Amino acid sequence: MKTELKATREGFGAGILLAAKQNPAVVALTADLAGSIGLKKFKKVFPERFIEVGVAEQNLVTVASGLALAGKIPFATSFAAFSPGRNFEQIRTTICYNNQPVIIVGSHVGLGVGEDGATHQMLEDISLMRSLPNMQVIVPCDFEQAKVAVLEIIKKPKPTYLRVNRQKSPIITTSKTEFEIGKAQIMKTGKDITIISNGPMLYEAILATDELKKQKISAELINIHTVKPIDSAAIVKSAKKTKRVLTIEDHTIHGGLGSAVSEVLSQNNPTKMKIMGMNSFGESGTADELYKKYHLTAKDIVSEAKKLLKR
Amino acid sequence: MYESYLKEKANDIRIDIIRMIHEAGSGHPGGSLGMTDIFTALYFRFLKINVKNPSAPNRDYLILSNGHICPALYATMAHRGFFDKKELMSLRKLNSRLQGHPHRESLSGLETSSGPLGSGLSQAAGLALGLKMDKKNNHIFCLGSDGEHDEGNTWEAVLFAHKNHLDNLTYIIDRNRIQIDGRTEDVMPLGSLKEKYLSFGWGVIEIDGNDMHQIIQALSKALHERNKPLVILANTMPGKGVSFMEGKYEWHGKAPNDEETKKALEELERNEQKS
Repeated sequence: MKTELKATREGFGAGILLAAKQNPAVVALTADLAGSIGLKKFKKVFPERFIEVGVAEQNLVTVASGLALAGKIPFATSFAAFSPGRNFEQIRTTICYNNQPVIIVGSHVGLGVGEDGATHQMLEDISLMRSLPNMQVIVPCDFEQAKVAVLEIIKKPKPTYLRVNRQKSPIITTSKTEFEIGKAQIMKTGKDITIISNGPMLYEAILATDELKKQKISAELINIHTVKPIDSAAIVKSAKKTKRVLTIEDHTIHGGLGSAVSEVLSQNNPTKMKIMGMNSFGESGTADELYKKYHLTAKDIVSEAKKLLKR
Repeated sequence: MYESYLKEKANDIRIDIIRMIHEAGSGHPGGSLGMTDIFTALYFRFLKINVKNPSAPNRDYLILSNGHICPALYATMAHRGFFDKKELMSLRKLNSRLQGHPHRESLSGLETSSGPLGSGLSQAAGLALGLKMDKKNNHIFCLGSDGEHDEGNTWEAVLFAHKNHLDNLTYIIDRNRIQIDGRTEDVMPLGSLKEKYLSFGWGVIEIDGNDMHQIIQALSKALHERNKPLVILANTMPGKGVSFMEGKYEWHGKAPNDEETKKALEELERNEQKS
């Protein structure tokens, strides 16, 4: 595991360049945020495939839907707070109900946004997007996984939500790491407790797993990068083994990864669970300060895991 | 197709619109009847389409933004030969291909789903841009309402179309001056849409949207060489053809009962005999 730091939004930027080279139908849209969401190079290399809509997120996704009608594979990018935050209905009707192959890229998610504060720290996007029929929801854990995810998505274009982050985070996977949409990634096997996460938060979960090991607790770590369609079989298999499941996400506890996991378990294999995440708005601060304040660090995972084991 | 043929055809379509909304027990007669002449002219004269191959790549596109007037769209499509006219009576019924608001995946020949207002023009603009990128010659017509200019999304599209010089895009606005809560100029005054569109850099043609001759002239102009997006402001009479519906915002979204349907059909059938 390298300790090089790169943001998943940069991974998306690298991925879409490769995707565009592979497939001439790939186009990219921005709502006045090209530089922030990894499209600076794309704009230079493929100017005729780069579409600037200005600060107009409703138009962003509906124009993308129209481009899909013309045979394109559009990546409609913006900050998640605005897309899907602002344009949820247009995504629902013109992309999902129309079943158009548009990829909504929601960047700057979670507390990781930092200093911009609560209005820009989107904490509800996974809840929103996984509730939509026909929509697949992918949350890459690092730069490499974000890049690979883009290339996998264009193999079978369909309505997709791709969640990426502002902050630089450790690279956990490599370009050779297996990635299959809809398939859980078992990072570590264990028998005492299952820890499930995704996105850059997965790194905190890795640190927690290592610390638990020192304390003689064997944790199984699973990366659920695809929240929808979720790999129910892998979750149930692990829960049957460990009988304790803890989830953590840089997202609200209402309706995100933890909720999706609990839906699987409550209906197939009721298991004692702990869902870690946010239950309020965020605020300004550095990402590190915020994760500490809102108890979403490796230390907090260790503490909650031990509490869960006592239940 | 000659003007007189188109007028007759439009009247036939109006008869079916009344029948199908009555059968369904709900629906939107006002705008549907008001826009029938324009639908007829598009489908029977101006749209390059192939009913046997609705997804032919060289076709012209019609994007209906104000999806609630789909009875007019469905009836025109049926008369044009996309499907059997008998199927019109299945409007809004369970398992019908004719959903209450158009669903793209339900009926071949529909280009998009619609109902929620304000996003049709954006989709049409995206489509127009995508086709331009590939140097295609298809023309895109988008039909929308004056009421949906209350939605910000509409204006985002207006700006976007001008920026991208979408000269393969024609937006036809049903300027019938009504919406659910009353007259447009009372609910949210739109004023002069002509001046507004001119100031946004669009070309503007204003017509009587129920005068087939003016419709034909405007649509001919739309398909000629130009360098900017074009809007056809069609001043229409909502409920056109049925005297007790004409001009009344109450008939925006109400189905006629048995008595009212009988009266409406008598009027329309009389009109047919006149021509």
